[in-house]
Amino acid sequence: MAAMAFMHYLPNGKVCTIPVMKPAPLDILPATSVAHALSLLGEHGDQARLIAGGQSLMPILAMRLAAPAILIDINGIADLRGIRLEADGSVLIGALTRHRDLERSPLLAERLPLIAAAMPWIAHVQIRNRGTLGGSLSHADPAAELPALCIALCATIELHSPRGVRQIAADDFFQGVFATARADDELLTAVRVPATTPAQRWAFIELARRHGDFALCGIALTADCSPTGAVTQARIVVFGVSDCPRRLPHLESAIVGSAPSPASIDQAMQSLDTVEARSDHHASSEYRLELLATLARRALRQAFGFDERTAP
Amino acid sequence: MNPSREITLRVNGNTVRAVCETRTTLLDFLRDHAGLTGTHAGCEHGVCGACTVQLDGASVRACLLFAAQVGEGQITTVEGLAPPGAMTDLQQAFRRHHALQCGFCTPGMLMTADALLRETPHPDEAAVRAALSGNLCRCTGYQPIIEAVLDCAEARGARS
Ligand SMILES: Cc1cc2nc3c(=O)[nH]c(=O)nc-3n(C[C@H](O)[C@H](O)[C@H](O)COP(=O)(O)OP(=O)(O)OC[C@H]3O[C@@H](n4cnc5c(N)ncnc54)[C@H](O)[C@@H]3O)c2cc1C
Ligand code: FES
Ligand code: FES
Repeated sequence: MAAMAFMHYLPNGKVCTIPVMKPAPLDILPATSVAHALSLLGEHGDQARLIAGGQSLMPILAMRLAAPAILIDINGIADLRGIRLEADGSVLIGALTRHRDLERSPLLAERLPLIAAAMPWIAHVQIRNRGTLGGSLSHADPAAELPALCIALCATIELHSPRGVRQIAADDFFQGVFATARADDELLTAVRVPATTPAQRWAFIELARRHGDFALCGIALTADCSPTGAVTQARIVVFGVSDCPRRLPHLESAIVGSAPSPASIDQAMQSLDTVEARSDHHASSEYRLELLATLARRALRQAFGFDERTAP
Repeated sequence: MNPSREITLRVNGNTVRAVCETRTTLLDFLRDHAGLTGTHAGCEHGVCGACTVQLDGASVRACLLFAAQVGEGQITTVEGLAPPGAMTDLQQAFRRHHALQCGFCTPGMLMTADALLRETPHPDEAAVRAALSGNLCRCTGYQPIIEAVLDCAEARGARS
């Protein structure tokens, strides 16, 4: 839908059009539980949209790219907020957990340093104070960090609907620009990150024009190693380049099997996957592909201790 | 008629009650219904930071929140920083350092910096720059704003 505009009559008789920056008329229905949110979704169907932090949805409403009659506000569902260590060592994160809670969680800093390191790169503090994990995953911006982190950490995404609960691997959840495997009547309720060993290698790098801007290209990486230092498995995820975050399976295979050295990393880079890169007014596809090659190499070097980590 | 409701908010320690359309953002509620025009409306879609206020002490964009969602939350706007006619040490530092020219971005800068200094009383320059990255200024070139915040933090440290 095109953005609507106000006709504005200037004193000289000319007309200028100003885009409306106000949401269309709507009602807000607060959901008090997961079951309540699902029943409101069922009742209002296409008319309704869920709202969590609103940090992606409000701009869409203000620009009139969407004009739902009803917003189902899930902010009051306390069960959906929080970070919990489970008995099996996995970490369960509620969908309504705000970016700032992820950024400042001592549990994540200790158990999942990749998340802690990536959070300051997401937007600005005012947006992190409101934005939620579930909102970011459901919105599925191609340049968003959290979808890539979920893939790199082998996370599972939990969805509730009137049909029950299902778990879907983050690998299968993201399907394209703003497109996910979530059905319209499903509520994303939690993310489960399986236990990692303290020895897990990781790296997070992104490049954006200014601090807080969406990434032109970013890499999230995890690797497990045997006691001898040989890489047993790796997950290398690129975001901001294609329509959604993507693993680089050829590069992953090239790094698995031996203990990395600066020379073996350079060697592995020969196997870098062919990726379809977007072109837009921020960067051309050629530039994004240059960044991909540079940042992937740098991420591998950081993960295995050959370079300093980059601060946001 | 468009969906409307009576909304009661706690702003700067006062209670403000108004009947408004449900689609009213916190930004428009503050400006049009609470008469608090210190909070500025810039882009109205989350990019510029001019509308920054505090919700329970945390900086948020008032244009990206519906007034109807605030509930029991305590809102602080630039008018709530100091009593009428007075200025906080942060505001005085802004004046000393010429950290404003047209002043359009200033309320948002102050609300962001005020929240930063409460959470991180002794930020280094990089931390100040990162915290203010979501607040655009078209006049000052940012340097005097950064200096004002660092100076205020330093003076507070010397006093305590
Ligand atoms: C200026 C600016 C810069 C930003 N920069 C970045 C950035 O660098 N990186 C980044 O990743 N993000 C960035 N963001 C987006 C921000 O991270 C959002 O917080 C996030 O994308 C959406 O989370 P939310 O909770 O605000 O979701 P909302 O805006 O409330 O919702 C987004 C979408 O998800 C749906 N939804 C929300 N919660 C659920 C749920 N539990 N189940 C099912 N559907 C749900 C909504 O219906 C809506 O369609 C930026 C935003 C702004 C305004
Ligand atoms: S007016 Fe809210 S961010 Fe620009
Ligand atoms: S002083 Fe003019 S925009 Fe900052």
